[in-house]
Amino acid sequence: MTSAVFDDEVVTRALVRYLPYPGLAGEIALITLDNGHDHTRPSTFGPGGLASLDAALDEIAAHSPAPAAIAVTGKPFIFAVGADLSGVPSITDAAQAREIAETGHRVFRRLKDSSIPTFALVNGAALGGGLELALHCHHRTISGGAVVAFPEVFLGLVPGWGGTQLLPNLIGIEPAVSVVVENALAQNKVTPGPKAAQLGIADALFEPADFLERSLEWAVGVLSGSVAVERPEIDRSGWDAAIERARAVVAGRTRNASPGAVRAVELLDLARKGVEGEAFTAGTAAEDDALTELLMSDPLRASLYSFDLVNKRAKRPAGAPDRKLARKVTKVGVVGAGLMASQLAMLFVRQLTVPVVLTDIDQARVDKGVAYVHGELDKLAARGRLNQDKLNQLKGLVTGSLSKDVFADADLVIEAVFEEMSVKQQVFAEVEAIVSTECVLATNTSALSVTEMASKLEHPERVVGLHFFNPVAVLPLLEVVRAEQTDDATLATAFAVGKQLKKSCVLVADAPAFVVNRLLTRFLGEITSAVEQGTPVGVAEKALDPLGLPMTPFELLSLVGPAVALHVAERMHEAFPDRFAVGEGLRKVVELGKASVLSAPGVIDPELADAFAGDDPLTEEQVRARALEALAQEIWLMLDEGVVQAVQDIDLAMILGAGWPFWLGGISAYLDRSGVSEQVTGARFLPKGVASLPA
Amino acid sequence: MTRSLREVVFVDGVRTPFGKAGPKGIYAETRADDLVVRVIRELLRRNPALPADRVDEVAIAATTQIGDQGLTLGRTAALLAGLPTSVPGYSIDRMCAGAMTAVTTTASGIAFGAYDVAIAGGVEHMGRHPMGEGVDPNPRIMSEKIVDPSALVMGSTAENLHDRFPHLTKERADAFALASQQKYAAAVAAGKIGPELVPVATRSAEHGWGMATVDEPPRPGTTLEQLGTLKTPFRPHGHVTAGNAAGLNDGATGCLLAAEDVAEELGLNVGMRLVGYGYVGVEPEVMGVGPVPSTERALARTGLTIEDIGLFELNEAFAVQVLAFLDHFGIADDDARVNPWGGAIAVGHPLASSGVRLMTQLSRQFAERPDVRYGLTAMCVGLGMGATVIWENPNWEGAAK
Repeated sequence: MTSAVFDDEVVTRALVRYLPYPGLAGEIALITLDNGHDHTRPSTFGPGGLASLDAALDEIAAHSPAPAAIAVTGKPFIFAVGADLSGVPSITDAAQAREIAETGHRVFRRLKDSSIPTFALVNGAALGGGLELALHCHHRTISGGAVVAFPEVFLGLVPGWGGTQLLPNLIGIEPAVSVVVENALAQNKVTPGPKAAQLGIADALFEPADFLERSLEWAVGVLSGSVAVERPEIDRSGWDAAIERARAVVAGRTRNASPGAVRAVELLDLARKGVEGEAFTAGTAAEDDALTELLMSDPLRASLYSFDLVNKRAKRPAGAPDRKLARKVTKVGVVGAGLMASQLAMLFVRQLTVPVVLTDIDQARVDKGVAYVHGELDKLAARGRLNQDKLNQLKGLVTGSLSKDVFADADLVIEAVFEEMSVKQQVFAEVEAIVSTECVLATNTSALSVTEMASKLEHPERVVGLHFFNPVAVLPLLEVVRAEQTDDATLATAFAVGKQLKKSCVLVADAPAFVVNRLLTRFLGEITSAVEQGTPVGVAEKALDPLGLPMTPFELLSLVGPAVALHVAERMHEAFPDRFAVGEGLRKVVELGKASVLSAPGVIDPELADAFAGDDPLTEEQVRARALEALAQEIWLMLDEGVVQAVQDIDLAMILGAGWPFWLGGISAYLDRSGVSEQVTGARFLPKGVASLPA
Repeated sequence: MTRSLREVVFVDGVRTPFGKAGPKGIYAETRADDLVVRVIRELLRRNPALPADRVDEVAIAATTQIGDQGLTLGRTAALLAGLPTSVPGYSIDRMCAGAMTAVTTTASGIAFGAYDVAIAGGVEHMGRHPMGEGVDPNPRIMSEKIVDPSALVMGSTAENLHDRFPHLTKERADAFALASQQKYAAAVAAGKIGPELVPVATRSAEHGWGMATVDEPPRPGTTLEQLGTLKTPFRPHGHVTAGNAAGLNDGATGCLLAAEDVAEELGLNVGMRLVGYGYVGVEPEVMGVGPVPSTERALARTGLTIEDIGLFELNEAFAVQVLAFLDHFGIADDDARVNPWGGAIAVGHPLASSGVRLMTQLSRQFAERPDVRYGLTAMCVGLGMGATVIWENPNWEGAAK
């Protein structure tokens, strides 16, 4: 019996039935994994679940007469989705962690070592430990409606219940690297059933409509010898090359800052010794070591905190008003027809499927904006994402006009015009003269005051900020800005629209540059300034590598666009001159119309060299310390100002809006565990145990 | 245009194992439409020579067309079974003769030239949909005495039959019921019942997945003594018991029908050839006698006599109602031509599905009885009807002699 018992584990029970089947002498012991909830709460394995499976296998072993086969399947739509991660916070020491690892291995291995043939009938989602259970069985069938994946590396773990050893020895190392490492680090991409069968993860594929019946019939065929299971010999010569590729993927995606990803590659490398007898024992022992260390590491705890933010807090935004207050949005107006406005029109029409009207000051711009949306819709249709009827419908919904009169029956009008307060105030005043008193007026400003923008209206309570991130179709974050007079109905409508747009919303106060841009600007400002004072670009670019951010500081600057960065920096400088400088270098990049500070990786554009010619260079450590201290200070101030409800919102925003990695816990977990928070502010952002190992 | 009728053949028939209705039955947590989907998919799988897009109609019967037996079941089941979207479907209801009516209706369409191939079948999940669920009888039925109040309770109509035919005693009914159980058990042991069954995965949240591979209702060890002790729930000291009537059951059936020339073109099996059919109404309170006039009509229309019929597959809603049929046509209670593999008293009667079970069994008997030329499937129908379909055995060798 395991001593690590999770609090409130929703135990997945292994239910056993002995079934006769036409054509089979003897019975099939069919194990159904079922946690007693429907598919919205998938079955997972905690200590209780493993104990139930163990007991089921005991019962089958004692059953007389011995069954002809043991088969494992899941409740409807779900096979099993892996270890019960909700229990990880209750693992407080390494011995408990090791016990979880070893128990999984011991119980699953019974299916591999069984003298009775074992079958996994993968009827639905098989993720992580669920897939590992299936891999331990002698044979596998899979439903065309199932998906499989190893999300462990995405979460900072390793598939450590046999996955790193069994998968490469079943399907070959090259595809195993894709499944374990590459897919996990590509937003946790899953492999659909048909593809899994093609890869050799399953021996047979059946349609969902009669999956279990056909699977059992197939199993009976295998037992009687009438069905031959063909598995091509795997290519063992490519092991080194595949591991090299895995290392390159991990370095590229994580800069080796996620211990889980690094360990996963080591384990895949070890798997070349095979999975028979002692080799498997050694392989699983190495997995035990890796799991124990990772489970007892801060980065993993921070990852689970991040995962929780993205899956729970993002779906129920803190501080959002009652969703019943939201008003229906049946028509949207977009003021401006430039690139940003066109992207917004595209998003609104695609996700809301309501009329969207773009306006601008001349016909050519309007036409260009509408043509952009139509072109994007055509691209989706060409990729098979829209059928002709849907394409016709959506194209018909997007129109342009020179007159704002078309907004008369709109329920929401968003402006994306030039970032100049007087221009935006003028636009809102014109729109207000046309629309109903309840029509929501939204601004996509990245740095101007929404309160000031609303101040001259008759109904300022209807104004809200909807700050999208570029590219609008891709980045999942939406900062919903509550201005001083924004009322609950307006705010609720904004959240409802954000949800319909499939964005994760974070409520922010009307503070300069809100959350993501404020932190990125502060952070980039410190690094740019370090380079201005003479730090070599190469040093500054590498300084943050230990964090594993998705791009280097100057890559980020190019992505944001120097002009936007300058605009935000200037605004921040106005607001907080002590902390936000507007670098000469940045000004010059914009003046010269360049897309980047660098002319080649690590090389400052010679035309800008003058601006970066200081003689007080910093080391990597100094640059990093300066950037992190600035972040800690800024976050502290933002919390003090009440920009967000809690530091969790800042972390969530950085994960979704800036792509900052899970293992940093957005950023506060990293600032806490590196000691920067306490050094700068005198306290941690999060108590121990929330996004780190418990005290 | 000139038009000629086409011969219609019964290609193949399958069914799910039948289950006992209720929370302990094998299908307690299985949907009715899923049972139909299994049947349709198995028909296509067993007949690979038939391209799915050659199916021109899917007619599925259910008495209670609510919930998972609603939503135009023939169409939804076709979609759920993965048939091409071009294949249409509909639902049909004639209470117990639902599947039988699905067969004769689509077969008529084939004969007329509107279809080449059709799937016809039926389902009744009496556990999820007890007889009478959601009905709203018109008050005129009572106020104007349009039907006798006992007509709506099937067991009472069976008691009424005992009144009408006093010589059809409870003892004869029990003896017939016992024989049904025994003939069914013998047919299973001989492997005659089983090949037409479609295994069904059965969900149970409490026990895990199971697999229905055999019929649940039969009681193989039944004795006359036991039958004699059962209660008569429809009338104190009456005749009708749970032992000499079909139970409350869950199950689905389906068959493939085709124009004979199309079956030849595609290389499909020809299990039976449709000769003719008849439906006739009777007084609702003695609905069990329905198969008598419907058979008379079918015989008259086809120019056959009862002596031409070599095999009978009669639905055993109640033993007395089969006895009334046999009595009318002068056939002995234990005649070997009648229900040679047992009947609904043993295997069960999921209302609208049963007609195709009768046909499937008859076609399988035809295959092993080249000495028989004609067979008959018949059943009584609630609200006072009889339904009879006469089939010809394509394996008949008699003409050569």
